[in-house]
Formats: sequence, C-alpha cells, structure tokens
Amino acid sequence: MKFGVVVFPGSNCDRDMQDALQNDLGKEVIILWHKDKDLSMFTTDDCIVLPGGFSFGDYLRCGAIARFSPMMQSVVDFANKGGKVLGVCNGFQILCESGLLPGILLSNGQQRFVCKNIFMKYDEGEPLKIPVAHGDGRYFTEAKILDELETNNQVIFRYCDEYGNIDIASNPNGAARNIAGIRNKAGNVFGLMPHPERASSEALGNTDGRKVFSILGLN
Amino acid sequence: MTYNVQIKVMPLKDLLDPQGKAVLGGLQNLGLHTVEDVRIGKHITLQIEAASEEAAKALAEDASKKLLANPVMEFYEIEMVN
Repeated sequence: MKFGVVVFPGSNCDRDMQDALQNDLGKEVIILWHKDKDLSMFTTDDCIVLPGGFSFGDYLRCGAIARFSPMMQSVVDFANKGGKVLGVCNGFQILCESGLLPGILLSNGQQRFVCKNIFMKYDEGEPLKIPVAHGDGRYFTEAKILDELETNNQVIFRYCDEYGNIDIASNPNGAARNIAGIRNKAGNVFGLMPHPERASSEALGNTDGRKVFSILGLN
Repeated sequence: MTYNVQIKVMPLKDLLDPQGKAVLGGLQNLGLHTVEDVRIGKHITLQIEAASEEAAKALAEDASKKLLANPVMEFYEIEMVN
C-alpha cells in the first residue's frame, strides 16, 4: 500500500505525515500538490491523505476553499471508486466540506484552541493516547444522521479518559457524542481530529498513533 | 449591469456560537449587563455582472449554497442593494 499526501497552501502537518508514514510505518509516500490532478500512479488499494494545517488560512470556513482545489476533484473520484482516503484535523474538515463525510467541525465549545494529548478508543478497544491541536474540532450534525452513523458503525473513534470511560470531561471540544473520528458508509474514507502522525515514533515517546493506522487498515 | 449583493451568513439558531459567547462576556465586563445574547456571523458583499437583477440574485443564491454558507451549520439571507 502506498500513500499520497496532498499539500494545500497552509497545510502544516504534511511533512509530519510523510515522516511518520515513511520512517515509522515504512511506506512509500508521494507528495501531491493541490493544483495537480493526476492520481494515475495510485490504485484503489492505496491511500490519499489530507493532512492537518490551515488550508487557505481557514478563510470562510475550515476546509471550505480547499474543497475546490483541482486535486480534490480527483480525490473525490478516487474515493468514489473505492480508494482509501484519510483526513486528519484540517483534512477531516476538508472531507466534511467536500461531502465525502457527513457533518461539520464547529469551533470548540469552550472558546479555546486545544493542544494536548487526549485519549480515544475504537469500539471497545484500549484507550489510545493521541495529540490534538485544533480550534475547530466540535463534530456536529443533526441527531438523525448521528443515529445513522452509530447504527452503521461509522463512528470510529470517541474521546474517552485514560481508563476508556466515554464522558463529558474527556471531550476536548464539545463534539457530539464524543466523536473524534468517523468513516463513510462504504468504509474507505476516514476523518479524525487527533493526529496519529505525531505519535508514531519511539523518539517522540508515544507510538499509539501506529495503532490508529492499523485500526483503519492503513498499515 | 453590475449588481451589488449583500449576503448575511449566520450560525443556525440552535447551535452554540462560542465567538458570540466570548463577545457577550466582553460586553458584560464593559458593564453592559442588559445585553442578553450575542451571535456572530459574516457579512459578504458581491459585485455581480448580470443581465438582470433576477440573474444576479440567482447567481448569489448559487454561490451561497455551494460555498459561502454551509447549511449544516449556517443559514443565509440575500439582499439586493441597487
């Protein structure tokens, strides 16, 4: 499986993502510029990553303008053919704005940028310690769609405490139902606010991020 | 002809607006205790070259729907100025 990392003006986690995928996971990575369109070097077994950052300065709404970059049309086509797409932080926001994932990321409920380690878990799995760094991470969509996400097992990660309890105190931004990450119905498009690429190297003292890639089948 | 269009984009009424909440706190610190709520949105102006006012309004509607506002979190109102 090889990876493509899309760089938008204002992306700032692209190199971290490249480093984690190449050096910690041992994957081939191709850096893609948002104004290009060519994804012919990828098959649907591969994964396109939209990294974190502040694409287009977060102007208008986070991710709203990146959605119209030429590369995004190719990414939407790639996803619709079954190719894997992962959006982290600003990448998650772009996926929501582009309609590949439902809902939206609103500004944090507590009126602060949040930058710290949180815990999150997949299903009944172990709590994973992963850093977050965002001002707009409050996942929201109407209750009916939240119910659908849960019914279809599309909620992939929820914020929890270090023991795995999902409660209000462990929710860093006021996200609906403690949602930290979701996937689309087909199961090939993933979005999450926490940054697994920042926690995948022994040198950083935390390798829980590798488990995140593994849970998503991106390893 | 060039038409001036003003578009108001506001967070949906049921949604928490942290920016408005922070400004409300500021106003209360100023001693303006009778202000009960603040909500903050965007005011966008467009200059549109179009054959008619209807055409300009239709384009503004399209722009609002596709980019300027996201219906999951916002609503918008369009006002033709001239």
